[in-house]
Order: sequence, then C-alpha cells, then structure tokens
Amino acid sequence: MNEVAGGSLPRSDSSVAMESSPPSSSTSSPPPSPSDGPRRLTVTQLEQLKVEEEVFEIYRILRGIAPHTQSFMLELWRDTHIEFLTRGLGLLGPSYHVLDANRPWLCYWIIHSIALLGEPLHSELEDSVVEFLSHCEDKYGGYGGGPGQMPHLATTYAAVNTLVTLGSDMALSSINRANLLKFLLRMKDSSGAFRMHDGGEIDVRACYTAISVASILNVLDVELVKDLGNYILSCQTYEGGIAGEPGSEAHGGYTFCGLAAMILINEADRLDLPSLVDWVASRQGVECGFQGRVNKLVDGCYSFWQASVACNKSCNFTTGETGLDGNLCGAGTSHAKIEGGLSDFGFSFMEKQTECGPLFQSIALQQYILLCSQVLEGGFKDKPGKQRDFYHSCYCLSGLSVSQYSCSKDASVPPPTRAVLGPYANLLESVHPLYNVVLNKYYKSHEFFSCL
Amino acid sequence: MPSSDDEVDRIPLSARPEWLDVRPVPQDDGPNPVAPIAYRDDFRETMDYFRAVYLADERSRRALDLTTEAIGMNPGNYTVWHFRRVVLESLNADLHEERDFLDRMTMRNAKNYQIWHHRRWLAEKLGPEVANKELEFSKHILDLDAKNYHAWSHRQWVLQSLGGWESELDYCCMLLEDDIFNNSAWNQRYFVITRSPLLGGLQAMRDSEVGYTTEAILANPLNESPWRYLRGLYKGDTSQLISDNRVSELCLKVLKTSNSCQFALSLLLDLLCYGFQPSEELGAVVEALRNSEQDTVSSKLATTVCLILEITDPMRSNYWAWRRNNLPSQVC
Repeated sequence: MNEVAGGSLPRSDSSVAMESSPPSSSTSSPPPSPSDGPRRLTVTQLEQLKVEEEVFEIYRILRGIAPHTQSFMLELWRDTHIEFLTRGLGLLGPSYHVLDANRPWLCYWIIHSIALLGEPLHSELEDSVVEFLSHCEDKYGGYGGGPGQMPHLATTYAAVNTLVTLGSDMALSSINRANLLKFLLRMKDSSGAFRMHDGGEIDVRACYTAISVASILNVLDVELVKDLGNYILSCQTYEGGIAGEPGSEAHGGYTFCGLAAMILINEADRLDLPSLVDWVASRQGVECGFQGRVNKLVDGCYSFWQASVACNKSCNFTTGETGLDGNLCGAGTSHAKIEGGLSDFGFSFMEKQTECGPLFQSIALQQYILLCSQVLEGGFKDKPGKQRDFYHSCYCLSGLSVSQYSCSKDASVPPPTRAVLGPYANLLESVHPLYNVVLNKYYKSHEFFSCL
Repeated sequence: MPSSDDEVDRIPLSARPEWLDVRPVPQDDGPNPVAPIAYRDDFRETMDYFRAVYLADERSRRALDLTTEAIGMNPGNYTVWHFRRVVLESLNADLHEERDFLDRMTMRNAKNYQIWHHRRWLAEKLGPEVANKELEFSKHILDLDAKNYHAWSHRQWVLQSLGGWESELDYCCMLLEDDIFNNSAWNQRYFVITRSPLLGGLQAMRDSEVGYTTEAILANPLNESPWRYLRGLYKGDTSQLISDNRVSELCLKVLKTSNSCQFALSLLLDLLCYGFQPSEELGAVVEALRNSEQDTVSSKLATTVCLILEITDPMRSNYWAWRRNNLPSQVC
C-alpha cells in the first residue's frame, strides 16, 4: 500500500493532502482588519469554515491511527458499492418519482459506475436495459426521460452512453442513428448552439450532449458543428472557466461540457486555454476535493467535472512552449485537415502521447473521494453531512478513475502503485474522459460504429 | 417531495365527473423495466390521465389544470411543461395568473431547469412591463441563496431582453458589501460594467473599477474573486495590464504586507509572462520570499515566482511547476 497517510514519503502529492489539515483556507482566514477593528465573517466564510472543520476532523483521525488501519480507512468498499448500485436497477421507492423524467440517467449513473468497478452485468439484465431504453426512444429519434416522454438531449446522452457501456452488438445496434441525427439537427439553433428539447433551453450542456452522442455514434457532420465553436467561445468568462450561457458565471460542469465539446469538434485552441487551465487548477481546495465555482463549497461530483479537465490528457492541449501565449499542440492544433471524418477527434484524442502529468493533486483528490464522499454502506455523496445518491456515486467514481490514471501516458496500461491511494485493489477501470464511458467499452463501440 | 401536503384531500381523477369521458393511458415500461419506480397511486393516475390528454393533443382548461397537478408532483417533467405552454397559448390564458403559479413553484424548487425555462418563456410573452417584477422576484430568490445559478441567469436574461439596468450596479455593490466573497455578485458586476447600455463599457469603467477592486483586495488579499475580476478588467488588453502601475503596485503592496499571497504572486507571474519589467523593489520583495532552503537559484524572476508558489501553494505545485517549465523564453 501507499505510505500516504503516514506522510512518510518525501515530497509527493500525498504530503500535500496531509499538510492541509490546519484550517486555513482562502475564505476562512479572517480579513486582516485595517482600521475598523474585527469584522464579522460573511456567509461564504462561515459555510466554508463549517465544511473545513468536518473534513479536517476526518483527516485528523486518519493521521492519528496505525498504518494498517489507515489502509483500511482508504479502502474502496467495492462490494457494498456494487450492492447499492445493483439494488438501484431494481424497484425504486416512491420518492424516486422526482426522477421520473430522468430514467435513462439512472441507468447511466448506475451502469457506468458498475462498469468502472469492473463488475459484469447479468446478460438478462443487459437485455432488459436495452429493451427498456428502446421504450424511451422516440419514433422520430432521440431518447426521452421515460417511455412516452419527448426526446431530450441529456437523456439521449445518458441512453447512448449506457448502451455503449453495455457494449453488446444488440445494445449498439438498438440505436436508430439515422433518426438520432435528425433529432440532433432539429435541436440545432441558428446561433450554432443546441436546445435541450423542442422548445427547450439553450446552453453548453445541450451543446456537449449533442456533440458527444454524434461523435461516439460516428454521425457528426458539418451542419452540427456549424457556428458551435462561436457559441461556446462566447461562454468562456473573464475568470477563465466556461459558463452555461454567455454572461453567466464560470462553472465546473459547464467548463467540462464546453471544453470536451470543443475538443470533439477540433476547435479547443480557439478558447483561452491558459486562463481556463489556471481557473480549473485553482478549484482544488484545502479540503483536497474540487469546488465548482470560485468561493463555493467542495463537492465530490466535481472530482470528475474539474479533474478530467485538469488531467494530463486535456492539458496536452496547452503544453506549448510559449506558456501563456498558448501555442498549442495535440489534437487541438488549429484548423487541422479533417481526414478520418469529424467523429474521429475523440479517437485521436486518446492516441496522443501526453507530455506532462496532471495539473492537480491526484492523491489528495483520491483522499477526499475515499474519506469524505464514500459512504460505507455503499455509494458516494457530495460532502460529509449529505446523503448518498446515484449521481454522486457515478461522478465520484469517474473522478477517482481519472485521478488514478492521471499520471499515465497510456490509459490502457495499469498505473504504478504510487498513483493509487489506498490498497492497489482500489484501482478502477479507465475512462475516455471526453465521453465518460469506460475506455475499453469506448473502443469496442468505436470499432462497431466506424464500420457503419 | 413537493406534493405530499397537497395530496391529502385529493379526489381521484377517476372519481371526478369532468374526467369521465377520458380513458387513462398507462405507461408502457415494457415487460422488464429497469429501475422502475414504485409510483404512489395518485402519481400514477395523474400521469396516466396526462398521457391521455397529451396524446390526444387536448388543449383545454381541464388539460391545463391537469398539468398543474402533474407539475406539482414532479416539476422536472419537461414534457408536461412543454405541453402546458402549448395549452396556454391555445387557450390564450391569463399569463399573469401563470406568473403567480410559477412564483409559488419556484419558491419550492429554486434549482429546477424547467421552472426557470418556463419563467423565461413567460416573461418574454409578457414583455418589458414585467422587467422590474422579474428583477424583484430573482432578488427574492437570491435573498435566500445569493449564488443560485438559475436565478442569476434569469436576471441577466431579463436585463438584456426586457431592460431594468438602472440600479443593477447598486445591487451588485449591496451584495458585495454583504459578502465580498460572493463570486456570483462579482460576475454580475462584470456583466453590468461590460454590457449595461447606461454605462460606457469596459474601457470607460476600467478606471473606477480598478479602484474598487484594489480596495477589496487590500481588505481581503486571500479572496480570489477580486483578483480574477481585476484581470478581467484588462481582458484582451495585456499591454494595458502591464503598463498600468496600479496593478504591479498592488502586487507589491500585498507581497510586502502578507508574507506570501498566491494570488499576488500568480498575477505577478502573468505580468512577467506578458513582458512586464519589474522594479528593483519588486524583485527584492520576491527574492525575500524565497525559502532559504531552496537550493535552486534563478536569474529569472518569473522562475523564482513559480518556485515560491510550488512551495507555498502545495495543492497546485504541479501546476506551478508546469508554468515554470513553459515560461516564454524572453521573460525576465
């Protein structure tokens, strides 16, 4: 195991995690009182202090115990997670009616999580998933939030990623790609962006989900891409991150969506990448996890949204030799000739050799996920004091995987032991960080759809 | 669980005379549904009747009332909201009444995409006469949670589409006075100074904004928001950023008083990368921050800044090392 918790390693990621215990963060430090004496703490400071106290208490416990107990504390509770997740595919209680328009999401959150844990699904269950999702598929293309509901881009993304994760020919061939393309074109707005559904809202989420499914299904075309880059560009804010709409605040979820979409259409170099990278690197806090926005609280789900942007694959785009001038290399190279078709940028992204390690503290992030988000009875949560749910389970596990492979040049090769916090058995399957599906499932689907 | 309280005295639709002619349509989950939900009877019945009117495209008063019930049970069902808009338009319904309904729904579900999208649709229909009411309403939501992303997006849309810019900068000031760490309020401030038709745009506002921001930074040097805002004031104009003495003097002042401030060092690093020529005093202050145990000595100030940050900002040591390895060649 790693000697992480003991802090006995020389300077490494792990010591960072342990050093952060004394509660002193940017927002919690009392303002140096100029002339008007002591000031009251603001709402932001008070909330931040409360979370820091809870998180540091957990880290204090870790530091105070024997190494073998530390290893126990840092274990990923695979069996309980699989039990919690598998139960989620069975009958859900009446309180889940609030997710009645998100049923393909439930499938994706759960099935992707199980795939990350390397656990196979029973073949009957796989067949049921394919059949159920076909009941959510609209006859004119796309998938709705449940049977009989209008097709929606977000649930289409969830359904397609679920079917890719299942990976069987039956699952992959169940998607009506021709109709799906028609649906995507119907959702395309004259601004270049996409709307979520007929008459629905336009934002960067819609842009990403549309491009992600088009790319993975090999139906991405010039019409879908037209003016999209301009729209996403207009959503990058003065802070460096990307907002949901032009003018809004930079946000981790939208930053992932915006950057991933730009990479998939080969226009990432149009963004101000140095300021984007600076913004995202600054979102990892003393709690060791990521926050979604400046001066907001840490949340386990950003372990994926932010870390996948700060991982080596994405920073590959900014490893130009001129630093802030952002002379880019990698798949983002400007105006490259499209040779294999528009859908191929997601594939070539994984083929690029990365020049540098991650721009965040991977071990620290794993510590937050395992100790502060992990629920011993199974599943993951936002932060201490919150309840577990399938959404956070999916994105904490996805973030854990991204972290574990963040030092690897090649994500199909297992990372060294030092890259994995806790027992090496914590190692998850690797993901394709632009689509967030398990990598070998992505390759299987790529092979399948490139022949069509 | 938004609906439970309302359901106590609910009469089943099947027992209501006005619904006698409608045949409910059950959900077709298929023989082996995945993650099926054990719906309560009232939820199932409401959705079965909803499917019936939706499939029949029945644009009637009772259909509208039914969407009210369905939305009350699950405000995340975008199909129901969409159909509600279709019905409202067909019936030429009183949209002020709709606004009251929506106010109540938003208060209970302030972070729901569908509700805020519906609100935008509604405000667009009602036009500039509701601009102030909409601003007032979003203020009400922001009073409860000053960082509600949907409320801020809506507010920006109202300002741009319906107007009401007059007191927006004052509103930002008020929120920042209340909580100077509220990054959403900083973002809104940037939105106002760059887009308000009543102000002269970024260049005209820059001077006074630099003053405001500098003061905020000096009061709380560890507050990231004003540091990012300050950079934003020079967006697309790096030559101004490096030639405006107030910026480098601010860095100097902060570095002299606090023994290390990552935000000041980070801004200084950007200045150096853009070609800023540091004064001897600034160079000396940075050198003094260097840990004496550090054996690496560099003639480049930018390199020294990175090395200091690698030690004093350990959560970002990878990032600062990467910056150090990618410094522009001409940088001092």
